[in-house]
Amino acid sequence: MLAGNRPLVSSLASAETGPAVSPLKPGASIASDAAAGQWTLIRHRFFRNKVAAFAGCIILLLYLIGAFAEFLAPGLPNASRPQYTFAPPQRISFFAPGADGGREFLPHVKGYRIEIEPQALRRTFVIDENKVIPIGFFVDGPAYRLWGLIPMTTHLMGPLDSREPMYLLGSDRLGRDLLSRLIYGTRISMSIGLAGVAISLTLGIVFGAISGFYGGWVDTVIQRVIEIVSAMPTIPLWLGLAAAIPLTWSPLSVYFVVTLIVSLLGWTGLAREVRGRFFALRGEDFVTAARLDGSRERRIIFRHILPSLTSHILAVVTLAVPTMIVAETSLSFLGVGLKPPVVSWGVLLQDAQNVRSVATAPWLLIWPSLAVVTAVLSFNFFGDGLRDAADPYDS
Amino acid sequence: MLAYIIRRVLYMIPTLFGMSLIAFMIIQLPPGDYLTSLLSTMADGGQNLDEATIARLRSQYGLDQPVYVQYLVWITGILTRGDFGYSFEWNQPVSTLIWDRMGSTLMISLASLLLVWAISLPIGIYSAVRRHSFGDHAFTFLGFIGLAIPNFILALTLMYVGYRYFGQSVGGIFSPQYVDAPWSMAKFLDMLSHMWIPLIVIAMSGTAAMIRVLRANLSDELSRPYVVTARAKGLPEHKVILKYPVRIALNPFVSSIGWVLPDLVSGVTITAIVLNLPTAGPLLLRALVGQDMYLAGSFILLMGVLTLVGMLISDILLAVLDPRIRFN
Amino acid sequence: MQDIILSVRNLSLDFRLRTHILHAVRDVSFDLRRGKTLCLVGESGSGKSVTARALMRIIDKPGRLVSGQILLDGPGGVVDIAGLPERGREILALRGGRIGLVFQEPMSSLSPVHTIGSQIVEAIRQHRKLSKKDARLRAADLLRQVEIPDPERMLDRYTFEFSGGMRQRAMIAMALACDPDILIADEPTTALDVTTQAEILDLIRRLQQERGMAMLLITHDMGVVAEIADEVAVMRYGRIVESGPVDSIFHASSHPYTRQLLDATVRLESGAAARSPAATSVFEAKAVEPVISVRGLSKTYGSIGKIFGFGGGSSGGLKAVDNVDFDLYPGENLGIVGESGSGKTTIGRLLLRITEPTSGSIAYRAPEGRSVDVTGLNKTELRAYHRDVRLIFQDPFASLNPRMTVRQIIADPLLVSGQMSDRQAGERVAELLRLVGLDPLAMERYPHAFSGGQRQRIGIARALALEPRVIIADEATSALDVSIRSQILDLLLSIQQRLGLSFIFISHDISVVRYFCDRVAVMHKGRIVETGDAETICTNPSEPYTRRLISSVPNPDPRNKRMLHRMRLQET
Repeated sequence: MLAGNRPLVSSLASAETGPAVSPLKPGASIASDAAAGQWTLIRHRFFRNKVAAFAGCIILLLYLIGAFAEFLAPGLPNASRPQYTFAPPQRISFFAPGADGGREFLPHVKGYRIEIEPQALRRTFVIDENKVIPIGFFVDGPAYRLWGLIPMTTHLMGPLDSREPMYLLGSDRLGRDLLSRLIYGTRISMSIGLAGVAISLTLGIVFGAISGFYGGWVDTVIQRVIEIVSAMPTIPLWLGLAAAIPLTWSPLSVYFVVTLIVSLLGWTGLAREVRGRFFALRGEDFVTAARLDGSRERRIIFRHILPSLTSHILAVVTLAVPTMIVAETSLSFLGVGLKPPVVSWGVLLQDAQNVRSVATAPWLLIWPSLAVVTAVLSFNFFGDGLRDAADPYDS
Repeated sequence: MLAYIIRRVLYMIPTLFGMSLIAFMIIQLPPGDYLTSLLSTMADGGQNLDEATIARLRSQYGLDQPVYVQYLVWITGILTRGDFGYSFEWNQPVSTLIWDRMGSTLMISLASLLLVWAISLPIGIYSAVRRHSFGDHAFTFLGFIGLAIPNFILALTLMYVGYRYFGQSVGGIFSPQYVDAPWSMAKFLDMLSHMWIPLIVIAMSGTAAMIRVLRANLSDELSRPYVVTARAKGLPEHKVILKYPVRIALNPFVSSIGWVLPDLVSGVTITAIVLNLPTAGPLLLRALVGQDMYLAGSFILLMGVLTLVGMLISDILLAVLDPRIRFN
Repeated sequence: MQDIILSVRNLSLDFRLRTHILHAVRDVSFDLRRGKTLCLVGESGSGKSVTARALMRIIDKPGRLVSGQILLDGPGGVVDIAGLPERGREILALRGGRIGLVFQEPMSSLSPVHTIGSQIVEAIRQHRKLSKKDARLRAADLLRQVEIPDPERMLDRYTFEFSGGMRQRAMIAMALACDPDILIADEPTTALDVTTQAEILDLIRRLQQERGMAMLLITHDMGVVAEIADEVAVMRYGRIVESGPVDSIFHASSHPYTRQLLDATVRLESGAAARSPAATSVFEAKAVEPVISVRGLSKTYGSIGKIFGFGGGSSGGLKAVDNVDFDLYPGENLGIVGESGSGKTTIGRLLLRITEPTSGSIAYRAPEGRSVDVTGLNKTELRAYHRDVRLIFQDPFASLNPRMTVRQIIADPLLVSGQMSDRQAGERVAELLRLVGLDPLAMERYPHAFSGGQRQRIGIARALALEPRVIIADEATSALDVSIRSQILDLLLSIQQRLGLSFIFISHDISVVRYFCDRVAVMHKGRIVETGDAETICTNPSEPYTRRLISSVPNPDPRNKRMLHRMRLQET
């Protein structure tokens, strides 16, 4: 029996002051949120959803990786070593045969040797089990400037001798370290999502709020525009816009324009959402009450309507970030978005454009894809949890 | 009903006009025009054209006219003669290039739409009826993954799997030996063996999205009083669910044609580029990069039209299905 | 006993919620007799609806039947419904076949996308081997029995083409499709206007007696109970606290809760004793100038030809309020009663200019004696007017911003008008909370921590914050249970006397208006059909519409059933 609790029979039924309940777990009291504000309630609800909370941690981690990319990456993203093209990933081992014949503690990776494929007469790298390359934490490596400012040489980890090869995730066509490139790519790919969302949020809130609050012909015009824009199939639209970026532009301006293009996708959806909420809230009794209390329009919007919106907007925004990440990745992959020497996940995937290169170096597809999918998945779970928690008053 | 359809069609006109403007604006955005990009290509190859020839070409293509004149000429051509202009790069009228490609785009989109429905309908119903069961959680999780994997990554992965483990020649719709062969059972099977990757890829995110929509809608409907009424009549549970709430929750399913179609068309575009399918996608990308403006503009416009028609069809179907819409 | 058809013994139902188990129904026992009606009466959350649904084994998800028996007498002997498998064939045959169900929401209890006919035919064919054609004939016959005109054609209509009363009739026809032995009616008339309620109750009663069915009627309305019940069971917090024949419940009840329930109902049947004996004649003698004087007020919707689009298809426009005149005197409680769609709510909104009137004038006499026309005020003047004339809303849940504390909500008008500092406002809020009978310590809480009645008190405190002169109360008590309803009314009366307010009390509930108001204006189809002294209107009205309305109100005394002798009036 799941719940065999017999009703608590009280001798004097008239003395009862409420419906009979018994807690599921002995000792657990029925939570009272009497003095809890909306954010407290939202937090309670959100953290009940373990998956969403976990996804939130992953997102935080990804942004930290992006923030400290220079330090976390073992090497520089564009340092090529033609002598190690398509080197396969190495595995970290902790014990190596010592000088005395026994095993001693020595974190290391294995080196490479060249093999010639007999038929294709192609050079390939294979792991050489006999070459030991010791590695460690906080090692000196290639010089960099943290955030472009502070000159440093320390890396979180790397080979003790920085001339030795360490390719934990393998290398690409030019012998560049995929791990380092992936870490640097995190910065670009994750930030483009945020920047894109910031732009589309601004557009969406401004238009949505105008449309939803004033209604009438303003609303009609804005709605028509949104309808037209969102009826355009998105990818041809981006392709068209992205193809318009001149080849001669600096990476920074390309980054900016790609962000703009990507954010074009989001604003219509956001504007609709904001407008819908405004419409719904404008008719709510408590907004009418505020008006009768003598509040002016600004006060109504900022004190009464917006606080009810923010949690929803936050959720919608979170759900919009992954679309932006995918958009950037797709455009760059097709060669019309970001271009080398900029490193983003999409740019990395460009190296995996056809089956043949994927067959030669599957890691070039696997790791960047995994990064994209992890980021997108985390944002989706996180946003979903936020959305469920966003309205703590519905039940 | 007829008035409703007419009104909807009339509403389409300003939208179409807006779309054609956007399409044309996009293709006008890059600095320079087809000739400048052609010249730079030729200059790379060491060739040079004299000023007179350039000027002649420019006026022949109408590139010396102001932009709005170019737009007017283009749009009048489409409206009066079905003439979409001329492709500079292919030296052919756009209309001869475009229909074939649009046809295959439409075909693949529709096939994926059917696949989306076929998969998401039963799963959506199951998930809503058995909410919070193990199966529901499993499907929800899979759905999230389906939504999270970008089309082209999935396409690449499946291509790799097909190449590596099934030794398939991937890409395209047919194997080389069947491309020009007449239709036969073997050719059909060959097509199927090629189509599974694009279909899965394109249908994937649509299916995941649809399951979520259906689950949410059906969950709402399941708690409505009319479901209790149906139960109180003594109907068996499967009839109660299929005849009433599912019937009503199907509306978003039908209206999904409206928003799934643009998604699919977009999805087809990018997947087709990766998989080298003979649809509009790869041609569009090439036209855009090469500033082959009439070809690119026509593609964008036609895809927009496709979407609008999809929305129209879905709205009409919705009105047929739901008397509340029909009577208002 | 021979005539007992269904007997419930020690029924207990649990709802397993996230943090706790709610024992929604505990140890409930009762009997249903052929040809007799048992009324299960109780306030919201007492477990009465769940009990009814348990009889058909259609309890909603987290609910579970824990113990007890539901014994149904039938041709093949007695069956225990509680022991049947929930999806088995036996239970399906009972649902609709031997037990019919009618319930509250007439708007949503029928499928919106199927025709009325197809839904009834389905119910018939589920239990009877009839051809489609015969089933359709029977369905038409059923519609005729529930007095739906032109049944053949109505079979092909959709539910949204029916009015609320018609839908409820169709629902009854469906419940009766297979001649059940038992009819369960769960608040069948709660969502309907009183005149429609009277007709539907009449119909149910007649059909029940013709067919010799047993009926279980669930309601919160003691008036309905008195009019229709043979036996009564009173439920509270999941238990039956008292049961017995209707007469003994009403006239010799032993349980304090039953008494309390009856008192609250009966009290509303007369003018409040607490009310000052406001000499109506004084008002009418115009010895005092009215505070608000309304002349020729009209509101027409959709009269201006809509520009192409937005569904519109109404011709001429709808006159929600049509040329209305009335005066409100200082210290007076004016009631505006009417059924849904009569325009009474629109009047309230027009008075505050939440909705702009189409024509007419609203003269407001400001404290200094100057008279202003409200329809001509600009934004600033309107804000000043809104400080004097306040509104109490119907829905205690929607009218308080869930994201603000009680203190913020009540202090908002004080701070906006710039009258007070934050600290002064806090003191004033505490004072107001005491005035409406709430603990000032509660001011840092959020609205979700309060019950419906408490929230309505908060709403009242907000309305009082600016020391208004007139309060418009729009159905201010209709969302509340009857015992709380009278508490709130008494609160309003005591505040009125202390502060010398005038009330415009808008309601569909005649007994509430009678209790609270000095004068009453009766509205019908946008017009005021009759105005007069509350007692006169409620006991001896002169207009035919008012007479019909008053006679439709159920009387909470089984010895004096009013409704069955009510006036019928042909709609013109």
